[in-house]
Amino acid sequence: MKMPGASGGARNPWYGRIGFALVALGFLVLAPATLSDFGLNLFTKYLCYAIIAVGIGLAWGQGGMLSLGQGVFFGLGGYAMGMYLKLQAAGPGKVPDFMSWSGVEKLPLLWKPFQYAWIALPAVVVVPMAVAAGLGAMVFRRRVRGAYFAILTQALAAAFVILLIGEQGYTGGTNGLTNFSQAFGLDLADPTNQRMFYFITAGVLGAMFLLARQLMASRYGRLLVAVRDGEERVRFLGYNPTVIKVIAFSISAGMAGLAGALFVPVVGIISPALLGIVPSIEMVILVALGGRSSLVGPVIGALAVNYAKTSLSNRFPSGWLYLEGLLFVVVIGFAPMGLAGLVGYGRSALDRLRGSPGASPADEAKRLEDEVVPA
Amino acid sequence: MGSLLTQAFTGLGIGATLLLIALGLTFTFGQMNVINMAHGEFIMAGAYTAYMLQGSFGRETSLLVSLPVAFVIAGALGVALETVLIRRMYGRPLDTLLVTWGVSLMLQQLARDLFGAANVQVLTPSWLVGGVHVAGVDMPYARLFIMALVAAAVAGIWVYMTYLPQGRRMRAVMQNRQLAACSGIPTARVDRRTFFIGSGLAGVAGVALTQLGSVGPTLGTNYIVDAFLVVVVGGLGQIRGAIIAAIALGVLDAYVEWGTSASFAKVVVFVAIVAFLQARPQGLFVLKTRALT
Repeated sequence: MKMPGASGGARNPWYGRIGFALVALGFLVLAPATLSDFGLNLFTKYLCYAIIAVGIGLAWGQGGMLSLGQGVFFGLGGYAMGMYLKLQAAGPGKVPDFMSWSGVEKLPLLWKPFQYAWIALPAVVVVPMAVAAGLGAMVFRRRVRGAYFAILTQALAAAFVILLIGEQGYTGGTNGLTNFSQAFGLDLADPTNQRMFYFITAGVLGAMFLLARQLMASRYGRLLVAVRDGEERVRFLGYNPTVIKVIAFSISAGMAGLAGALFVPVVGIISPALLGIVPSIEMVILVALGGRSSLVGPVIGALAVNYAKTSLSNRFPSGWLYLEGLLFVVVIGFAPMGLAGLVGYGRSALDRLRGSPGASPADEAKRLEDEVVPA
Repeated sequence: MGSLLTQAFTGLGIGATLLLIALGLTFTFGQMNVINMAHGEFIMAGAYTAYMLQGSFGRETSLLVSLPVAFVIAGALGVALETVLIRRMYGRPLDTLLVTWGVSLMLQQLARDLFGAANVQVLTPSWLVGGVHVAGVDMPYARLFIMALVAAAVAGIWVYMTYLPQGRRMRAVMQNRQLAACSGIPTARVDRRTFFIGSGLAGVAGVALTQLGSVGPTLGTNYIVDAFLVVVVGGLGQIRGAIIAAIALGVLDAYVEWGTSASFAKVVVFVAIVAFLQARPQGLFVLKTRALT
């Protein structure tokens, strides 16, 4: 009943480094050179989802914590950024347009700090991390986990969305925050600036991936995997599983918040429809398809699912929902290791064909054991 | 004073609806450790059953006819889901959650394709129109009907679990699956039966919900999260827990909503649940085992 941790394997470390450099080259040179402005804008949006997916991969794949409320953290980051941009657009001393429509004349206290970039920008990461740490500390300390935790995070997403819609005068209601003209003095309609946002997003994704990789290669990463596979054993060894889990959960929330903040200037809107129960659980399938136990898998899954969604959901709206449902059933039910699992399977099959020492019966037994997913 | 009582009645009504939905969940979750996200779509199936039957049975009797029919249809859907998918995934609760979510997406889309995306209306029989006025509180017959239905369902389940051999086996599997299997209890059959009853109750809940509003493909989604919270607060597989939790959550929701706003009430209820889990992380009532928590 073991899933491989991300840091397993004794392959030459240079393979990974060269692979990362090649992919980075593709992202930074090839994509901007070949894609149209519109295509690049869509691709930037996919990269935002890939950042969320890296976070979910860390919390769920490595730490065993299935959060169905990742949209909340995405939304907290997005709204923090959106509030700042909205206030920039309104100009000093004025309230954003939607507030005057709802009859709110004075800037609410909650909005006041977001006039300043030096508060709004850190808040993008700090607020989601703080919320996740608070909730995580309360529930993990009392050993609420597994399905209970998943249900609680889903309820959090439901409550958050209802609050956003209900407090229309403060949050923009169902419409959310939109109509941003500029960010940091840059015109958002200008393709050059959108290109710059692309590079920033790609850079952040690379940094988050490396962060996750470093974490998993460290002693902390070993402990996280150990907590996933046997929380009580880790406790008996003298570690505090609560702290280990809270760290991973709040890092994954911070990543989602960062993704939300990048999403807003690129897509131009943040609204409850992007972060409720349904979008939150869709974020999980990105990771499941790519392979929850690998770190690259979530990124690939996020790009693949979003690409499929954009190209299919407009042409066959009904067909896409069936396909999405089927994706959940087939991937989780029958290929729980996702695409990364297929690659691993192919690699070991290749080893067997070559008759390399890596394919001894003992290794094969271990591989089969690895494929069983823990509860 | 009158409005205080009115809120209590509203809360009881919300609680009764939640309980009807949560009863099925607490068994499938408690006995099989399966989190069935498609439970909401079984509610929807029950509601659409009532819609389909009102054409052939007329306004006065169709609601009563739909109750058993919806029970069987939703139950059959549940057994199909259990046999095809869930049986293969025992011991992986989080994965069943995601798989059944996929099933629920497909069922919702199926309903959209079959019945249209627009909501449909189920007529209220004349004997449910109106209400009584007691101690300053308006009690619509529709709400009272749901409460009576819940009471009947709870009584039925209690009799089933306490006196019938099938119910005894069900309790045995819930308490210790391995030992029950060793004692010759066909656990697979017990599981299937539990799933049939749990899903069937969702169908009955769907029929009841037609009397509170219109029927649409996302009918179940609106209730499923709250129903799962009832299970979490009540404790796994505990009827007593589910009853108390459903009424407590309903009444809390009604009072906070009355004092502030509907959106704020959801947040208060959520915070209250997290705070409650600090005191009792496994819910109100816990099945005693020697396993490590």
